[in-house]
Amino acid sequence: MKPQSTALKILTVLSSLLFLAALVMVFFFTPLEETMNYVQKVFYFHISNAWVGMLGFMAAAVAGIAYLVSHDRKWDILEMAAIEISLIFFLIAIMLGSIWARPVWNTWWTWDPRLTTAAIVELIYLACLLLRQGIDDPDRRARFSAVYTLIGSLSVPITFLSIRLFRTIHPVVIGNNDANGQGSFAMTKPMLVTMFFCLLTFSVIFVTLLWHRVRLENLTVAVEERQMEIL
Amino acid sequence: MDESMNVPVLPASKKEPSRLIVFLKTILAVVWKDLVTELRSRELLSGMLVFALSVILIFNFALELDLPTRRIVTSGVLWVTFAFAGTLGLNRSMAIEKDRGCLDGLLLAPVDRSAIYFGKAISNLAFMLIVEAIILPVYSLLYNTNLFSPGLLGVIILGSIGYVAVGTLLASMAVQARTRDILLPILLFPVAIPVLLASVKASEGLLQGLASTEIMPWVNLLLVYDVIFIAVAFMTFDNVVEE
Repeated sequence: MKPQSTALKILTVLSSLLFLAALVMVFFFTPLEETMNYVQKVFYFHISNAWVGMLGFMAAAVAGIAYLVSHDRKWDILEMAAIEISLIFFLIAIMLGSIWARPVWNTWWTWDPRLTTAAIVELIYLACLLLRQGIDDPDRRARFSAVYTLIGSLSVPITFLSIRLFRTIHPVVIGNNDANGQGSFAMTKPMLVTMFFCLLTFSVIFVTLLWHRVRLENLTVAVEERQMEIL
Repeated sequence: MDESMNVPVLPASKKEPSRLIVFLKTILAVVWKDLVTELRSRELLSGMLVFALSVILIFNFALELDLPTRRIVTSGVLWVTFAFAGTLGLNRSMAIEKDRGCLDGLLLAPVDRSAIYFGKAISNLAFMLIVEAIILPVYSLLYNTNLFSPGLLGVIILGSIGYVAVGTLLASMAVQARTRDILLPILLFPVAIPVLLASVKASEGLLQGLASTEIMPWVNLLLVYDVIFIAVAFMTFDNVVEE
């Protein structure tokens, strides 16, 4: 078994340190929001998780296209790793959002465009994993999941647009504010700094996990090949 | 190469039919094959039809389809019925190809593979439209409402095109998997949500007689969806059937 490379070890330690630093910043550096108090603090990790979720799904779509063009198995492994990790991060983002929404919107869930789209994204990528499970031939599995990821990544923005034709209550914290948004707030400088720090932290964590997952899959493939040799 | 470029287009196309003609002929051949098979066995259409009628029956009891309820839910009931029956038809139509080795035969033919996709998609669309053409009068009759307006029929055709375009591609993936009986709805429903939502909303608007400014955004969405997914299926079908 190949040992972990030094870069990966460093990255793993760095992710842990960054995560601790992000926690400290969220709890001690940022001011309390006036009306929402402590529950607003969930926002920093919520937005970071959602960001990583979207980042991973975009990475998966790009890797899928790269596979369809090159038929190189490394792209398939990258795609699968990105989907698996993003699925979890997106789920955490949805749960953190619910924790925030309960006191602020007075409900765990509402059929708002972003929430609905997030749920559909989860479903699409769960379906993709189920599709992968149902196919044994690695080449066919890679082709199918690449095609499905491509279709999913095209359908998600259309889904978002179509649900947006209804009214939304999700606050738009970054960019211009929607008058219908409930629970939005003005961000002070420490809040902004913390938010960007959290985004950076979670991006690093994503890269670290992705690397670990790709390494694990490569090891699995190596073990399978060794088994085939012996048999 | 240079000489052939100097040859005028018309005489050349007389000797050998142009690629477009061959492409269209291939599509027609696949559609014809499917329609003839269906005409002889009638298993796909009858299955879809009986299933669709049972779904409407279940809705009748589940939702208590009295007059005020019907006003709100008719388009939803219709589209859920079409979607479910459509999934059944798509799965069956591709499973037949796979089981009898017909797909391999088709793939061996020296023709453009996207022509096979369009052929399958058009025959699937034909089956779905036939089922819809029977369900609509039955629903009108059972619930004493007139569902026949040119606008509604247009929306139904547009919605079915989008649903079948992506459904045919996903069905040809699903039948090649071990878990094929459960896979198609799982794959198809999440990505077909925009087309279903837009169809339901546009139909609802038409049935309630809303202004066209409220209906047109949904129709535009349907058109966009149709174009995008026909294009994607056209480009990726090769990857789905390649051995």
